[in-house]
Amino acid sequence: MSLLLAFSTALLFSLGTYLLLQRRLSRLIVGLGLMGHGANLLLLLSGGRRGVAPFIGATKGERVADPMPQALALTAIVISFGVTAFLLALAFRSWQLTGDDLVEDDVEDRRIAGALAALADEEVADIEAMAAAGADAEAGGPALGEEDGP
Amino acid sequence: MHAALGLALLAGGRRLGRRSFLVAALSPAAALAWAVAHAGGIVDGDVIHASQTWVPALHLSLDLRIDGFSLLLVLLVTGIGLLVQLYASQYFAAGRAGLHRLAGLLLVFTAAMLGVVTAANLLALYVAWELTSVTSYLLIGWTDEDPKARASALQALLTTGAGGLAMLGGFVLIGQSAGTYDLAALAARPPTGTTVSVGLVLVLVGAFTKSAQFPFSAWLPGAMVAPTPVSAFLHSATMVKAGVYLIARLAPVFADQGIWRPLVLSVGLVTMLTGGWRALRQHDLKRILAFGTVSQLGFLVVLFGVGTPEATEAGVVLLLAHALFKACLFLVVGVIDHQAHTRDIRALGRYGPGWLGPKVVAVAAGASMAGIPLLFGFVAKESAYDAFAHGGVTGSGVVLAGLVAGSVLTFAYTGRLLLGAFVPTRPGSAPASGAVAPIEPPPAPALAFWAPAALLGTLTLVLGLVPGLASGLVSSAADSLDPGVHPVHLALWHGVGRPLVLSGLTLALGALLVAGRVAVARVQSRVPHPVDGDAAYLGLVRGLNRVADRVTGFVQPGSLPVYTGVILLTAVVVPGFALLRSPFPDLPPLATGPGDWAAAGLLIVGGVAATVVRERMAAVLCLGAVGYGMALVFVLQGAPDLALTQVCIDTLGAVVFVLVLRHLPKRFNERPTVIGRTARLVISALVGVFVFVFIVVAVGVRVEPPVSTAFIDRALTEGGGRNVVNVVIVDIRGFDTMGEITVLAVAAIGVYSLARLSRREGRELRSFAPLRGPSSKPQDQR
Repeated sequence: MSLLLAFSTALLFSLGTYLLLQRRLSRLIVGLGLMGHGANLLLLLSGGRRGVAPFIGATKGERVADPMPQALALTAIVISFGVTAFLLALAFRSWQLTGDDLVEDDVEDRRIAGALAALADEEVADIEAMAAAGADAEAGGPALGEEDGP
Repeated sequence: MHAALGLALLAGGRRLGRRSFLVAALSPAAALAWAVAHAGGIVDGDVIHASQTWVPALHLSLDLRIDGFSLLLVLLVTGIGLLVQLYASQYFAAGRAGLHRLAGLLLVFTAAMLGVVTAANLLALYVAWELTSVTSYLLIGWTDEDPKARASALQALLTTGAGGLAMLGGFVLIGQSAGTYDLAALAARPPTGTTVSVGLVLVLVGAFTKSAQFPFSAWLPGAMVAPTPVSAFLHSATMVKAGVYLIARLAPVFADQGIWRPLVLSVGLVTMLTGGWRALRQHDLKRILAFGTVSQLGFLVVLFGVGTPEATEAGVVLLLAHALFKACLFLVVGVIDHQAHTRDIRALGRYGPGWLGPKVVAVAAGASMAGIPLLFGFVAKESAYDAFAHGGVTGSGVVLAGLVAGSVLTFAYTGRLLLGAFVPTRPGSAPASGAVAPIEPPPAPALAFWAPAALLGTLTLVLGLVPGLASGLVSSAADSLDPGVHPVHLALWHGVGRPLVLSGLTLALGALLVAGRVAVARVQSRVPHPVDGDAAYLGLVRGLNRVADRVTGFVQPGSLPVYTGVILLTAVVVPGFALLRSPFPDLPPLATGPGDWAAAGLLIVGGVAATVVRERMAAVLCLGAVGYGMALVFVLQGAPDLALTQVCIDTLGAVVFVLVLRHLPKRFNERPTVIGRTARLVISALVGVFVFVFIVVAVGVRVEPPVSTAFIDRALTEGGGRNVVNVVIVDIRGFDTMGEITVLAVAAIGVYSLARLSRREGRELRSFAPLRGPSSKPQDQR
């Protein structure tokens, strides 16, 4: 482990984050790719020891590299490829539908955030109706029968 | 058994319609027969136990235990349940939809209520308690097309449900400090301490909500939108007694602890007085009864809550009396409503022949409620006065005065009820606002219709004349609550004493209020409404909704970058604090060889370039460069497998990118806001710093040998491979690899279907291009 590689890892994460916080889907994918690389480096570096490849029989007493982080990183590489491919397909689809690969805000969420006052839930409406009826009964409105005839 | 039949009715009773009530009546009839058969033994002091393990791991079991007090309530629940089912079969029109649902729910409720009164441990009681809340909700909201019914049902559920939760908390506090949830064990060795006091207050909150005590009483009058049989059963005779039942069970044990007694007495008295006062304001027969029930429940809470033997005994008597006369009155009101189609006391008053029976029954039950001699209600009231007349508890004078005042109000609203229902309003005496036209005399009801009410009324009269009949039942009930109770001898005539004087005073003052009811109404209309739980409830619900909207609007702005940013910040900040507290190790060397410089250079330059370039293709190429830099690091770190995979994937990835990107515009065109850019910079800088510190610390503080030492030792002998990384992937972490393959397969399916979708759409667009018009534009660009 060297300071230089640690710095590179941190930088990859940082750049990936910067790209991930954008709206453009293709930049977002690049950002994820950078972050994925950073994560693999992180795994490998925090494994600690640097050594020769872990092949049994091929080493002559040198320090062997830790195989565990390598196996994890290998899985991660493949998975991030799958994710990238899927996101690319999404970007392609988005471009087909809108002519762009911009991730828009969720319209429904925006409506809720924007129109707080105009919100009228069904329950609230019911309760208001009951309050009105209750006040009516107190004020002396007619108390009608509840049942239909025999 | 009830529950099973009830559920069966819910499921398959649609065809039975009105007759489903008769089927449903079988079940309480059987239970009533069983209870009567065992009554003799229980009155003599036997206790019936039944136990069924429930969640053995948590030592939870469903214990049932029937002693004298439980027996009294079991008799009430099953007896009134039976009558109500019979009554309902006459009450509803034959063709009405959903009757089987009502009958089934009534049965399920009966089962739950029996569970409440027979549960032997607190947790079983809680479960049954919540079941009654839920069935009550469903029954109030039975006419589900009526928004008023829905809202009232919701109010009842929210109020009693919140109380139930408080109660559960209280139960847990008490149960944990006592080490047992068993009621009998608790009574034998009551726990003490602050925890228990807090728990008791919580339990009392639950009991108050259930029994509609001030300030939680608003839901009960609202619940009157339920059909009258439901109101008669749940909201006067049984369910609202659950809170009283609980108080009665706990009071002899806990009454001396903490603020139990002042709390219970003040809440009960306030409830009794405000309930009675508001009953005098109503024009609707059912609402008069509802507020009357609130008032009487307050009375019961006072009696049971004190925890002295005399008061407990009086409470038992009043409990029985109230169930009899109140259910009876509800049933008669239901008859009137059914025949006359109104419950307004300003419209009612003229009846044809054939109404004599219901009238007599109602007057008898009403007189019992008002506490007129020769009826059972009088016996109950006498014993209540007697309990407090001898003092013994601090403030018993005040309580006694409150009880007398409450009883005067009771007399007054009884008068309002009976006179309003059966005496025509004189023309001109009604206030101008109540312009309700009197109705024609309604047709007389069938005998079978009012027979259940008549039966209850007769019981009230018989028990009033010969109270000794109930002595055995009452004394065994009171005795099971509090062993200190002397054997009870109920009698009509206790001789001249303070109770009798107070009764006379009550009757006189009550009669005065009835005689001057026009003046009383005038005073009522001037006095502002007393503090109202309804308004508080409304405000609470509205406020809650508003807060929920605000919170949703704040945390869900609908923007993906904001969401991602929040997630990343959380990921950095939360473990970051832990990182700051850990010892910072020595820094590793800057570089371990020239290879480091080369690899780091490739990574840094490639990464920065991929981020800042404005052309898509260039960004992808830079990403590829970073990938090759990674491969170099892998080689340096002794991971040739990884390097190989990285190169393959990188090349493949670049191809896929190019396939997609050739469609997209060449350059990114975006103008980010200043705030957005600053926030992005800050967050990404934080992430970078965090990762850097994390690596250095993680490598420096390592103390344990890695698990993979064993992997290397066993790879050849057990895994059969020389490449340890391969053995780890296919053998040691085989399941992980299975998952990985699955993820890849899912991603492949997703990619394939997205690509296919667009191809098919493309074909359609081409064939319908003239129709679709503008939407086919993206295709043209291709």
